[in-house]
Amino acid sequence: MSALAPIAPGLWTDEAEPRLIGGRRANGEIIFPVPDGDAATQVEPVALARRGTLWSWTTQGFEPKEPYSGPQPFQPFLLGYVELPGEVIVETRIVDATAADMVIGMPMTFAVVPFDDTRSTYAFRPEQQP
Amino acid sequence: MNDDVYIIGAGIHPFGRTDGRSGRDQGVFAVQQALTDAGLEWSDVEFAYGGSAAAGSADIMVNELGLTSVPFINVANGCATGGSALTSARNAIAAGACDVALAIGFDKHPRGAFNAKPAEYGLPEWYGETGMMLTTQFFALKIQRYMALHGISRRTLGLVAEKAFRNGTLCDHAWRRSPVDLDTILNAPMVNDPLTKYMFCSPAEGAVALVLASGKKVRELGSDAVRIASVAFRTRPEGSFEVFAPSINVNGGGKPTQIASKAAFEMAGIGPEDVSVAQLQDTESGAEVMHMAENGFCADGDQEKWFAEGWSEIGGKLPINTDGGCLACGEPIGASGLRQVYENTVQLRGRGGDRQVPNDPKVGYSHVYGAPGLSAVAILER
Repeated sequence: MSALAPIAPGLWTDEAEPRLIGGRRANGEIIFPVPDGDAATQVEPVALARRGTLWSWTTQGFEPKEPYSGPQPFQPFLLGYVELPGEVIVETRIVDATAADMVIGMPMTFAVVPFDDTRSTYAFRPEQQP
Repeated sequence: MNDDVYIIGAGIHPFGRTDGRSGRDQGVFAVQQALTDAGLEWSDVEFAYGGSAAAGSADIMVNELGLTSVPFINVANGCATGGSALTSARNAIAAGACDVALAIGFDKHPRGAFNAKPAEYGLPEWYGETGMMLTTQFFALKIQRYMALHGISRRTLGLVAEKAFRNGTLCDHAWRRSPVDLDTILNAPMVNDPLTKYMFCSPAEGAVALVLASGKKVRELGSDAVRIASVAFRTRPEGSFEVFAPSINVNGGGKPTQIASKAAFEMAGIGPEDVSVAQLQDTESGAEVMHMAENGFCADGDQEKWFAEGWSEIGGKLPINTDGGCLACGEPIGASGLRQVYENTVQLRGRGGDRQVPNDPKVGYSHVYGAPGLSAVAILER
């Protein structure tokens, strides 16, 4: 994994168990990602929880048009929103699961995963059952 | 101030694909039809508003329509382009600036899904690169959660599309004119779970023009007029869940449709129970289901019974999307919102032919929704 470059800087923390980086507004609301430009001065960066629950999900079975730049040939994937309790609901890829596994409300855990041969991106996966 | 503003002419270029005719030429076609319907000449139009998302500026139409020095304002407001043109034309007459105004929307899109550029929506490139910036995903994610929370079945999503294609067979401006049965809809290739190919509308072509007039002008002409009881256009409030959202507020929030709907009902002084026919944004099957509740026509979850009982069929208690909606007509972005108003005008004038809503409908309600979270509602009264 360490050979892969993050798809963009500043999306997650550089630590053994990385966390997404959100931005806290003056009113306490957290957004993701931290915005670019002048809007960045309006938020305070904050590392987000690694665990949350599935808020919604869908499948992506056909290859999106550009600017999608995933590996060839296209591999269908899952995506959805994960609610990080008390923080924010983030849109994310979902890995290590199939559509049949998806249940709204199920526990999810953060991961940094390969995007293609050279880049990594963030995702959530269903939490391992003990 | 002119308190009352009316639609006195309505024109449409058939939706779908018309090879060899530009989007703007389809717009000119619609304007000429609307003027003929109103019994007016182009030189009678005192103010014009219009636009497209992908087919160029509207004001160039004066080359074909006539160089009358008419003030012509180009509108570029995404999915609300037509609704914004209508709002502006109505307000120009209400303000007393003119007695006859035109609203025109047209478009022509290439085949396949819309592809959006992140920078144009203030979003980072990685959001598009990783394949999360698709409008179809948003609708799937929204209805997926809605189904889980409110007990809506996949079968109901299929019934929405089946109704759209059935209504489209009765409508001469629709693109899809053949019925599609429920099993075919449900078993079609999945676009984004739970929505199959037949549950989504497609980018298309078409144009709609409406001629608006003051009460004074209507009396002078003796027009077959429909009154614009209200128009309301709103962008998203804090905490709403919209297209292209990398994150959502955990505390939830309002919806632009609910806000626009409430404002339109208040301005018209009526409620959902007074509406005789409705055209609701049906970008996909789930959108029609959710917009029934967001516009106040039913409680969340009641749509399951509505479709089981056929209450939104042309002969039902509230016919919805009588021309087949976006599902059967396709979505030329600049024209789509005006098509809904056109259809209500047709219905209230009793000119719907095979798809005419029975018992002289008196109130028509239209609702358009689009990226990045805006809604426009218009209520017409006979």
